[in-house]
This record gives sequence, C-alpha cells and structure tokens, in this order.
Amino acid sequence: MAKIIYIEHNGTNHTVDVQNGLTVMEGAVQNDIPGIDADCGGSMACATCHVYVKEDWFDKINKKNEGEDDMLDQAYEPKKNSRLSCQIIVSDDLDGLVVDMPEKQT
Amino acid sequence: MIKTDALIIGAGPTGLFTAHQLKLIGLDCEIVDNLDKIGGQCIELYPDKPIYDIPAVPECTGEELTNNLINQLKPFDIKFHLSERVDEVKKDSDKWIVKTNKGTLFTTPNVIIAGGVGSFEPRKFTVEGHEKFEDKSILYSIKDKNIFKGKTVSIFGGGDSALDWAVELSNNCNVNLIHRRDEFRGAQATVDKVHELTKSKKINLFTKFQLKKLNGSNKIESIDIEDDDKNIKNLKTDYVLGFFGLIMQLGPIANWGLNIDKKTVEVDTEKFETNQKGIYAVGDICNYPGKLKLILSGFHEGALAARACFKLARPNEKYRFEFTTSSKAIKNRLGVKSD
Repeated sequence: MAKIIYIEHNGTNHTVDVQNGLTVMEGAVQNDIPGIDADCGGSMACATCHVYVKEDWFDKINKKNEGEDDMLDQAYEPKKNSRLSCQIIVSDDLDGLVVDMPEKQT
Repeated sequence: MIKTDALIIGAGPTGLFTAHQLKLIGLDCEIVDNLDKIGGQCIELYPDKPIYDIPAVPECTGEELTNNLINQLKPFDIKFHLSERVDEVKKDSDKWIVKTNKGTLFTTPNVIIAGGVGSFEPRKFTVEGHEKFEDKSILYSIKDKNIFKGKTVSIFGGGDSALDWAVELSNNCNVNLIHRRDEFRGAQATVDKVHELTKSKKINLFTKFQLKKLNGSNKIESIDIEDDDKNIKNLKTDYVLGFFGLIMQLGPIANWGLNIDKKTVEVDTEKFETNQKGIYAVGDICNYPGKLKLILSGFHEGALAARACFKLARPNEKYRFEFTTSSKAIKNRLGVKSD
C-alpha cells in the first residue's frame, strides 16, 4: 500500500491509498480522480494517462518501458518528467509519490 | 439521400461484426468511419500487438483480427464510407436523418454507434495562437505537397509520418525537423535516411526541442523552439507541420441528445438501445452495469442490437431466430449451399 498524491492542473490535491500491484493510473480511475482518461485501459496504446512525476521521485520509480516514450511523443505537452501512469506500478516504496496532471489529456 | 435499414458508425471490430449480424438476418446496412481504413483502434493503435482473448482464436494481431472480420463480411455487399465523420443525427418522424462532414445524407430507422472511444483526430499544437494559423501555415496532414516547393517547412514529430515527410520534402524544400527527444519511433530505415540527410545538410535536425512560440501576423514568419534546458532558437519558416499521432475525441456524438457518462453512452442490456429510440451503442463506447471493454463483449452487444433493429426496419414482419448451421434463408444470404 502506498499513499499517492495526485495534483490536478488547477492545484486540487487528491491523496489516496493505492494497493501494491495496481498502477498509478488504476489508482486514479478507481478513486474517480479527474484528469486521467486512460482511454485504452492501460495497454500503452494511447497517451491519455499522462502525468508529470515530481523530479525527486522520477529516478526512484521504475524506468520507462520500451515504447512508452513513443506514446509520450503523442501526449499533451510532454516534458522531461513525463510518464504514462499506467506504467508505474505501485509498491510500498512509492509511498508519498506525487504526480502532477497536465492541463488536459486530449 | 441513402436509405438503409441500419447505419453503423465505426468500422472497428464491433461495427464489422454488427454488420455481419444485420446482414445474416436480412437487413441492409452501411458503415461510416472517420479513419481512412477499416479496423478502428485495432488498426490505428495496435495492428501488430497480439490479442489473446478472442473466443476460439488463441492469438491474433489487431490487423489479423480486422482482416478476418472483413473476410467474414465477403458474402455481403456492404458500403463503407471511410474518411467521413457523422456530424448530425436528427429525428424525422419515425426515421433518423444522418449527415456526415462530407455532406452524405442517410435516412434510416436504426443508427448503431460502434464508435470505440470516439473519432480519431490529429493531435494539435498547444502554443498560443495556433488556431489562427491552422489550415494556412499550420497543417496536420498533407494534401498537396507542391505548395511547399522552395519554401521552408518545419516538421514536428518523431514517428513515420514526420520522418517520411521530412525525407520527401527535403528534395525541394528547406526542411527543419524538430523532435522532443533523440530517439525516433519511425522505421529504422527512415531514421537512418534522416540522419544521412542531416549530415548532408538537406535536413536541419533539432532534437530535444519543442515548439514554444509562433511569430507572424497573417502567416507564420518564424517560430521559437525551446529545449529541456530552456534554450531558445528562432527558425524562419513558411509552414509548420505537426505529426503527433491521433487522439480520440467523442466529438459530435456528444450533441445527439444521448445520456453520456465519462465519454460513454448509456444503454439497456436487452437491445443496447440508448435513451433515443432507434439509436443503439455497442462496443467500447457503450456503458451499462458490469460493462467490460472487451472485443468479445462488443460482438455480443452487436448481435442483440441487430435483432432490435429488425423490429424497426421490418415493422410488419416477425423476427424468427435461426441458426447459421440449419437455416436455408441464412445460407442463401451467405451464398453457401444448403443440404
């Protein structure tokens, strides 16, 4: 279990407990947190669960999967610290992870 | 005005199998899709990715699944309207009048929305003022490459479209290719070609840069691009091309008076009918308690919606359930011999 902090583009904070093994995307969708669309349902076939991972966390989480950057090319305003939240798997080590959401996904 | 028993919106797997079900029970149908090819997400998003949960098909790719569904439709004559988006659906007594963005008009008692997560549209630039240059100095697809002859063209993106056009246009234009990172997702041969043309100064390559600002009043005169460390470069340019792939938008479906929740359309589970009589939603775009976004669910939903269409298309006939293994009428429709 890890506390994940999702910050909407307008600054609204959502702190939720997400079970180990779920993805950061699933944590948002299951808790009805706005700002993550996840159109393709987590198959890394779209870029609508795009988040910005806070810099101090970026190097601590699992590395990008093959193909993830290809999808991020198609995201809304990708940055250096962009990730697809469907590819970040929650574990105890991620307790306190902060992700910022882009202005929109599409 | 085209008259049909049912109009299907979306040529993905669900739309295709729904067409099959309609034709089996003796109804006509036509299919409209915004993409220029048949297959929907299976073709656009994951043509090469294997799928493992199609009943009786242990493994197939999105492309194979699409080809098999097209083959299954071979006995039937179905008209496809590709590269057309349905814009309007209006009630006209007991029929629906459907209009596409190209002006094609249909009259039908049944509209089946098999639109996945909406229609695919090109992802656009987000910098301030991009709207006023779009379709003039900013383009997301190329209809006539001759307009670029002798001009400076700045191409953004790292996939096949961006790279192919950079290579092609470098023949007779001044090409800037700008991408947000060093790696490209295009075919390796094209990536190599781009690097070769960069060396011979036919292409000016800027990696780890993104568009920051558009300069110009009526048309674009130059652009500012910025790298990760906030260094800015100014490039003179006549045209800006963006190839960031396609995104899915619910689009005009939102305006048809349907009950919509989180980009999906609410339906019943008997007919897969929406709150509007004669409009159905099947596949990923429909929503009901327990909905699973699986291709196999789309097939089931389409089969039931097709039966519901029969009642409105043939109000004076009684629908009779038959099996393909034994029905003479179905075998006739399929063009196969009956025993």
